[in-house]
Amino acid sequence: MTPQNQTDIIRRSAAAQAAALTAGEVSSEELTRAHLDRIAAVDGDLNAFLHVNTEEALAAAREVDTRRAAGEELHALAGVPIAVKDVVVTEGQPTTAGSKILEGWIPPYDATLVTKLRAAGLPLLGKTNMDEFAMGSSTETSAYGPTRNPWDRDRIPGGSGGGSAAAVGAYEAPLAIGTDTGGSIRQPGAVTGTVGVKPTYGSVSRYGLIAMASSLDQAGPVTRTVEDSALLHELIAGHDPHDSTSLSDPVGPFAAAARSKDVKGLRVGVIEELAGEGFAPEVSARFTESLDQLERAGAEIVRVSCPNFRYALGAYYLIMPSEASSNLAKFDGMRFGLRVVPEDHPTAENVMKATRGAGFGDEVKRRILLGTYALSAGYFDAYYGSAQKVRTLVQRDFAAAFEQVDVLASPTAPTVAFRLGEQVDDPTAMYMNDIATIPANLAGVPGISLPSGLAEDGLPAGIQFLAPARADERLYRVGGALEALLEDSWGGPLLAKAPELTGGMN
Amino acid sequence: MTHMPSIGRDDVARLADLARIQLTDEEIDRFAGEFDSIMDAVASVSEVATEDVPATSHPIAMTNVFREDVVETTLTQEQALAGAPEAQDGRFAVPQILGEE
Repeated sequence: MTPQNQTDIIRRSAAAQAAALTAGEVSSEELTRAHLDRIAAVDGDLNAFLHVNTEEALAAAREVDTRRAAGEELHALAGVPIAVKDVVVTEGQPTTAGSKILEGWIPPYDATLVTKLRAAGLPLLGKTNMDEFAMGSSTETSAYGPTRNPWDRDRIPGGSGGGSAAAVGAYEAPLAIGTDTGGSIRQPGAVTGTVGVKPTYGSVSRYGLIAMASSLDQAGPVTRTVEDSALLHELIAGHDPHDSTSLSDPVGPFAAAARSKDVKGLRVGVIEELAGEGFAPEVSARFTESLDQLERAGAEIVRVSCPNFRYALGAYYLIMPSEASSNLAKFDGMRFGLRVVPEDHPTAENVMKATRGAGFGDEVKRRILLGTYALSAGYFDAYYGSAQKVRTLVQRDFAAAFEQVDVLASPTAPTVAFRLGEQVDDPTAMYMNDIATIPANLAGVPGISLPSGLAEDGLPAGIQFLAPARADERLYRVGGALEALLEDSWGGPLLAKAPELTGGMN
Repeated sequence: MTHMPSIGRDDVARLADLARIQLTDEEIDRFAGEFDSIMDAVASVSEVATEDVPATSHPIAMTNVFREDVVETTLTQEQALAGAPEAQDGRFAVPQILGEE
């Protein structure tokens, strides 16, 4: 392929790339190589990838080409390459979760969602950068350096899944996998002008995800279009006997909903507690304009109140560290990962302390200590117990709201991407970035973020829609419709307005 | 709950000991300086967590998730040991479990 052909093909949506493969316009090997070339050209500027899987990706691509040539019936996305967040285990490929404690670890098995990707013939381009153990909102807590925002390299790409969002936004990959515990798919989507979906809790198997907070974690799609998210969600969802919390519901139809572009009569609820104060003026303006577009297309906009959402952030920052402190106890220096042996008294306990002291970064230590505190005798009822009650109240707010409306809406994040280093020393300020995304995780309901336009400093902002548990299809319906309306008004996708990455800017 | 004691250096050191994390003096100072403001920011949960509100531990309620009691494929011994810092005779080799005292 000529460089121009490469540039042309990698800028298309995953659905359009799949169509080009089906039409024989391009082979999966050419398509995969075009993305690998793009990674080689621009990832020095971005640091979106922690590992690039060149040879294996090309081998997988050639295998799909062979199967296609033999006339085999293939999955709709077969041959379209994908990047996977480094918190998802991949057999034979390094998996670090952004932590030094897992540096060089090669998992002996695949996560269920990776098994599904491989079976469907999607070449795995590599593993994307992230906040250490997904603990952060900026990708700055990665032990391997921050990822930079393709719109402005001095800005954060969101977090924890900044690597996946930046990779998709910079055309290094047409598709990526993210995980969302408190907004780690949706908030990076908002600040990079890309699309991200947190499915209903249990829609996608958690088997093979390195757990942060097991009752909140959920994997989902990171893409440039709503339809691509729908196609990827359909592929990775479904019941898995290896995850006892996975749902046995039938999957989809999501892609059909994304293509329907019909919001006539759809009732959209604006969450009063997630609007106005605390949200940047231009972020709020793009949100309001998006709602106007939906209203003109026949949707009904209603204001709803979720009074207990103001307690959601507090509940989240008790439940999440509590579960994380328990989940991360497995990093003990005994069975996998780093082992640091102190010279004095190298007992198992001292080896564990030295290993965790050296292997964990600041934010991971901070959250383990907070969780240990919240779970300790004497404080358990006041902190963890109260937080679990707030969880009930947040669920009740959602239930009451969804009696009045079909979907809820808010800006995804309070601001556009902030500058690298700006909030890194202020944990409570950093935690505020998740104010709008956290309620969905507490309640288990699904959410989507898609671009709402350019806001402060000419940087992208996102709009979030939330639906009742198991009604993910509604997100694709409203998301696909709004995306089409906005792109009509912009004269093309928002990402077309992003500056060119030239490479070699380090 | 509104009068939770503040978290000092000794508390952070004790938590680190419980969590089996070795901290430097500088880290203990820093975390001790941060924790009160973080706990203040989350303490509002007690305002609405009254007796009559049940706790939710899991977003989608499920009970008794079982599978058929049949043997499944698991990792081989070699795979399980492949990432171990040290292995010997087909087992994880670990440091001395008990101290001298």
